[in-house]
Amino acid sequence: MKHLLTVTDLDAATATALLDTSDRLRQALLGREVRKLPTLRGRTVITMFYEDSTRTRVSFEIAGKWMSADTVNVSAKGSSVSKGESLRDTSLTLSAMGADCVIVRHPASGAAHRLAGWADKDQAATGTHTSIVNAGDGTHEHPTQALLDAATLRDRLGSVAGRRIGIVGDVLHSRVARSNVFLLATLGAEVVLIAPPTLLPVGAAQWPCRVSHDIDAELPGLDAIMMLRVQAERMTGGFFPSSREYAVSYGLSEARAAMLPEHGVVLHPGPMVRGMEIAPSVADSARAAILAQVRNGVHVRMAVLYHLLAGAPE
Amino acid sequence: MANDRRGDVGGEGTGLPDHELLSASDVTRTIARIAHQIIEKTADAEHVVLIGIPTRGTVLARRLAAAVAEFGGTEPAVGTVDPTLYRDDLRRRPTRALEDTQFPEGGVDDALVVLVDDVLMSGRTVRAALDALSEHGRPRSVQLAVLVDRGHRELPIRADYVGKNVPTSRSELILVSLTEIDGEDRVSIRRGAGE
Repeated sequence: MKHLLTVTDLDAATATALLDTSDRLRQALLGREVRKLPTLRGRTVITMFYEDSTRTRVSFEIAGKWMSADTVNVSAKGSSVSKGESLRDTSLTLSAMGADCVIVRHPASGAAHRLAGWADKDQAATGTHTSIVNAGDGTHEHPTQALLDAATLRDRLGSVAGRRIGIVGDVLHSRVARSNVFLLATLGAEVVLIAPPTLLPVGAAQWPCRVSHDIDAELPGLDAIMMLRVQAERMTGGFFPSSREYAVSYGLSEARAAMLPEHGVVLHPGPMVRGMEIAPSVADSARAAILAQVRNGVHVRMAVLYHLLAGAPE
Repeated sequence: MANDRRGDVGGEGTGLPDHELLSASDVTRTIARIAHQIIEKTADAEHVVLIGIPTRGTVLARRLAAAVAEFGGTEPAVGTVDPTLYRDDLRRRPTRALEDTQFPEGGVDDALVVLVDDVLMSGRTVRAALDALSEHGRPRSVQLAVLVDRGHRELPIRADYVGKNVPTSRSELILVSLTEIDGEDRVSIRRGAGE
């Protein structure tokens, strides 16, 4: 693996290997006072975030540090980006400084792909083999989120294959939904998108999943339900009449959570808007694996760094 | 490189048959002998823990623990430690899959730890396992048990318990089979298939 740009590059075997590595890393650190592995000593990992983020950036930084990589954080605010430097030049600069891995979040879909293309091309000029990890590009993909969701489902349900997983809400703007649909399908799960027609992308009919507009009809048949945040910052038109109406039609209330089967798991990629897509009591219930998702996030990202950086370059 | 089997890709077709070093009953006897030696050498230790190096070292550790109990010793706790994350040759090979790491309840603090592996060669795996072990606690002392010592040490490491010393050349492979993993107990040598 040279880059991690989209989950569609992962076949079932590779995705499973990443999840296994993540489990093993968690095991290796279990019960230890010093959570530090020497594996990536001397490697430099740069996070480059052009969008706000708490959990993803921190999680990557911790993942790098726990494996002894040197991690550096660059945010668009406060960097030369605000002086007008292009993504191209920023990427060249970071590679020339010897970045072994650049983790990028960018508002433009496809930004990570562009960076990866440049990194491959510039390898001769900069003398560095830089791996790119997509930490969210526009409304396109967020592969490590999908991997940590799969890891959490595997923990809670024992397996992903054969399970029915509902993804509810703002699918249109959600890179999390996109990555999850493809990764979960690759791992053999049955995915159901549940959203109002206005919040479904045009291409969704071609995705490896089913589409439904009726959450109440789907709930009893789901092994897990993933609630998406309504992305107010990406909403420019009228996608639904009011947030109150959205909460009533698609929000996961206590009554709705009770309609899930006994073992039904509730996921949320965060950040949550309590009372909108998920009721506070549901978010804090035993069904919710939301904090487990965050914990798994660190191990999954360690696994990604391990697979990209630990072995001999391909 | 606990077991040479890991590097055993194009080994077939050298035209020479594998030469058997230990038969199934030899393996059983060897494990019994090491178990007796462990009982003898750890008699005054209060807390003995056998830690296997995956995958065949872990199987051997379990068998040794059972044998120690059978021959009248206190059954030692068994764990497993994956040295991969501590190896010094990660960058020389494609990404290695990680193996199990599980420490027994009670950990290894102040314990007499016996590391167990199937084949001892360069000593680099043991070095990495020692580093991994030290991150999980501070054993009173650490000993090493191996089924086969084939020489070619690259580090100042030696085994306290050796099932069989086998002088080898680097071009040979030692193949260890254990029932739990391979369906049979057997140790053999394959000529001209190694490095």
